[in-house]
Amino acid sequence: MEYFPILSTITFLPLLGVLIILSINGEKEIVERNSRNAALLTTVATFLFSLVLWFSFDKSTAGFQFVEEAKWLGGGIQYKMGIDGISVLFVLLTTFIMPICILCGWDTIKKRVKEYMIAFLLLECFMIGVFCTLDLVLFYVFFEAGLIPMFLIIGIWGGDNRVYAAYKLFLYTLLGSVLMLVAMLYMYGQAGTTDIPTLMQFNFNPHAQTWLFLAFFASFAVKMPMWPVHTWLPDAHVQAPTAGSVILAGILLKMGGYGFLRFSLPMFPVASEQLAWLIYLLSCIAIIYTSLVALRQTDMKKLIAYSSVAHMGFVTIGIFAFNIQGIEGSIVVMLAHGFVASALFLCVGVVYDRLHTRDIDRYGGLVNIMPKYALVFMFFTMASVGLPGTANFVGEVLVLVGIFKVSTWTTFFALFGVILGAAYMLYLYRRVVFGDLTKEDLKAMLDLDKREILIFAPLVILTLWLGVYPTSFMDFIHVSVDNLVTQHEASMATYHAAVQTVAGN
Amino acid sequence: MVEIFPNLEIAYGEIFLAIGAMLLLMVGVFKKDSVNLVSWLAVGFIVITMFLSLAVRSDQTFTLSNLFVVDGFTQFMKILVLVASALAVIMSREFFRLEGEDRFEFPVLMVLATVGMMIMVSANDLMSLYMGIELQSLSLYVLAAFKRDSEKSTEAGLKYFVLGALSSGILLYGCSLIYGFIGSTNFSSIATAVAGIEEGSASVGVIVGLVFVLAGLAFKVSAVPFHMWTPDVYEGSQTPVTAFFSVAPKVAALALLARTLYVPFGDLSGSWAQVVIFMSVASMILGSFAAIMQTNIKRLMAYSSIGHVGFALLGLIAGNAEGIRGVMIYMAIYLVMNVGMFVCIMSMRRKEEGMVEDIADLSGLAQNHPVMAAFISIFMFSLAGVPPLAGFFAKWYVIIPIVNAGYFTLATIAVLASVVGAYYYIRIVKVMYFDAPAEEFVPQKSLPMKVIVTLSAILVLAFIAPQVSSPVLDHAQAAAQGLSQK
Repeated sequence: MEYFPILSTITFLPLLGVLIILSINGEKEIVERNSRNAALLTTVATFLFSLVLWFSFDKSTAGFQFVEEAKWLGGGIQYKMGIDGISVLFVLLTTFIMPICILCGWDTIKKRVKEYMIAFLLLECFMIGVFCTLDLVLFYVFFEAGLIPMFLIIGIWGGDNRVYAAYKLFLYTLLGSVLMLVAMLYMYGQAGTTDIPTLMQFNFNPHAQTWLFLAFFASFAVKMPMWPVHTWLPDAHVQAPTAGSVILAGILLKMGGYGFLRFSLPMFPVASEQLAWLIYLLSCIAIIYTSLVALRQTDMKKLIAYSSVAHMGFVTIGIFAFNIQGIEGSIVVMLAHGFVASALFLCVGVVYDRLHTRDIDRYGGLVNIMPKYALVFMFFTMASVGLPGTANFVGEVLVLVGIFKVSTWTTFFALFGVILGAAYMLYLYRRVVFGDLTKEDLKAMLDLDKREILIFAPLVILTLWLGVYPTSFMDFIHVSVDNLVTQHEASMATYHAAVQTVAGN
Repeated sequence: MVEIFPNLEIAYGEIFLAIGAMLLLMVGVFKKDSVNLVSWLAVGFIVITMFLSLAVRSDQTFTLSNLFVVDGFTQFMKILVLVASALAVIMSREFFRLEGEDRFEFPVLMVLATVGMMIMVSANDLMSLYMGIELQSLSLYVLAAFKRDSEKSTEAGLKYFVLGALSSGILLYGCSLIYGFIGSTNFSSIATAVAGIEEGSASVGVIVGLVFVLAGLAFKVSAVPFHMWTPDVYEGSQTPVTAFFSVAPKVAALALLARTLYVPFGDLSGSWAQVVIFMSVASMILGSFAAIMQTNIKRLMAYSSIGHVGFALLGLIAGNAEGIRGVMIYMAIYLVMNVGMFVCIMSMRRKEEGMVEDIADLSGLAQNHPVMAAFISIFMFSLAGVPPLAGFFAKWYVIIPIVNAGYFTLATIAVLASVVGAYYYIRIVKVMYFDAPAEEFVPQKSLPMKVIVTLSAILVLAFIAPQVSSPVLDHAQAAAQGLSQK
């Protein structure tokens, strides 16, 4: 199977689904039914293909695997795909979340179903591409291209203020990314190639590194999102249809973290180290400030959106701790957040589909009529808080251990996030689920149906799995992260030696 | 050195098309109701000219006492000009068949303008430069005012003529200054003379002359601050004329600008670079910001074209083969996107109102005409420079040489301007996809139009594939090498 281009297959399989859906014609109902089926089949098939990675990934090497190369634009710009321990789990996360997204819009999306499914499949292709590619230009292409379907998803199927949110998402992200583009062009000019593994070995001038780092930071910080450029996220989340929010929280936000790990850390080690204080500062502000903001929200989706920003603060702190615990922890937090935040948005989606409001005050006492829902919601609330035995706990502890070795103050402030996180999530849960069922319109609400249980079941299983036995996931990332940290330390040692020689003279 | 028997072989294309234009005029005059015939003959002639231009060997050759040059660069640009012209003739044919106003002069004028553009591209002397520009401009003035009974069209023609004449005057004045101070109008001789000048000690007369020539050419490519005519002329002219204006003359004028800057004044790059930088930055910024408030799609395209010229000029600033290659790729991609977009604009026709051109008329298009909306959004995202569409690669190849030459601030301004530009491009997508549907358009029935728009959309989408992009990249590469070596 060595020459079977598995990564390209996974990446472009969704496009095949798009072609199939495009070719469906006929009566409205038939078109809609077939589009749904085709989209579901495609995403499930993509997921099954990606399981090949899970089983045949070599966990003992830090190098890139399943590498494919082909001629592309010439002049050092190639079509190159490959994954290592850092990216493999993100690819799997993407292919895993996608069928859930399709199922989640199954009944609720009633207008322009065909276009909806096409947009999601395109998005899947671009997202997988981001995690699989080993070429800078190709990365940028996938990274940016994802904006087009996301813009349409929010703008067409979103809430009342969807146009504003769609614009904000598009322009914010584009603005960050074009700065990264200039940096990429500079790197291309310096190194003469856009091959990512080569660039990782290329020692950029430490002074230039600062600028390059900041340019990449502009893009990833917006995508992540970090305080103070996070403001597009609550708007986008609130206005997006449920599946759109799931994708945003589950996968798109991870691109920022992935970008830091793939580019900033290995390519600009000196600048990363020098500017780590900035990251710590912004992350701590993000953790505390957005948690406080979350506490005051009256809109469920907005609350979870702010909690995402806070969780992402942990991720950035972990990454810039520059040690194995911190980085592994941040990857686990990202995965955990992919499951838990997605599930929480789905939970909101469930009640939103029934009552068409996200206003927390309109709910209350749901436990009386929706016991299954209350159970699922409670599980994910606890997971979000970081209850031991759930995924977030593992990640957060690792991150805190990692950062404690580097900066105790940062640890101190980050810990507030854990406490505040418990506060806003439990407060949300109490207001929505507990209490007496006094509101008339709630009494007719139905509990989870089969489709919804089918959606939640895999998320519950994975959250528990990652929480109870994280080794089966950590095995994938360990060698690569170890290598990343060793490389980083080596390049820092070279840098310090060079500085000392200069100073000595 | 005067040749007794000039080697006309390399100018067969121009000669053929010039004779063809006169032939078309004859056919038009002596044969009643021959619009159809003249149009398709014009297309045929242009296609034949394309083959004739391709048949010439692509290593550098001069003829007509060095007035005329042919090399890989001219070939590439001429093909672009000819493709744009041929498509514009076809589009106008389909347009006028529905609109009435059928006149055989229309294709004839387009062909004449095309001859002018080809001469511009091949000009190697200030004389042939001016001749080409005037042949082109005079034809275009008439085309702009073609709809005699429309106030807007007449205004467009008049405005274009007055301002164009002024710019020609400036250009001519610049030429005379250069001739006065250097003693030759020939590009090669000027280059030799300029090469002897020490850095920074060029006489003021030459510099002023060069700046005047630049100003005249900037008018033709509609770069800021000589862009004033563009929105009015684009809006006032009939749509196929606008489509023609937005591509072919721009390609020709940029080719001419590139040759003028690189060949005779290549050694003065320190002096002209600042002027070009200013024009480029001002065009990008004005193009992006001024377009935001537009409600008319043709005016929007006018500002968009100003912005795009700003981007294309970026390539010239670097002053090397890489930059020229960027410009060539940019113009090729720009041509495809623009032609496709104008076919869509020409399809905005209602039963009662006839042609409409407000952005608001596109409202909810995705629900009435999903295919057309998809096409327009492809072109819009591409014009905005969002990957994976062709427009992204166009920007990529002009910004690389800039960054390599160390102009980081300039590159940053450029990409930021493109974000502002993205705002108004995606506004069109927003109107089509998010807003409530307006009244339906009459479906586009013409086969040639459908073919053109589908092909351009496919090219824009597929440029990312090496099968599509590498021929363009390779040819541009080879051609650019030729120009920068002189």
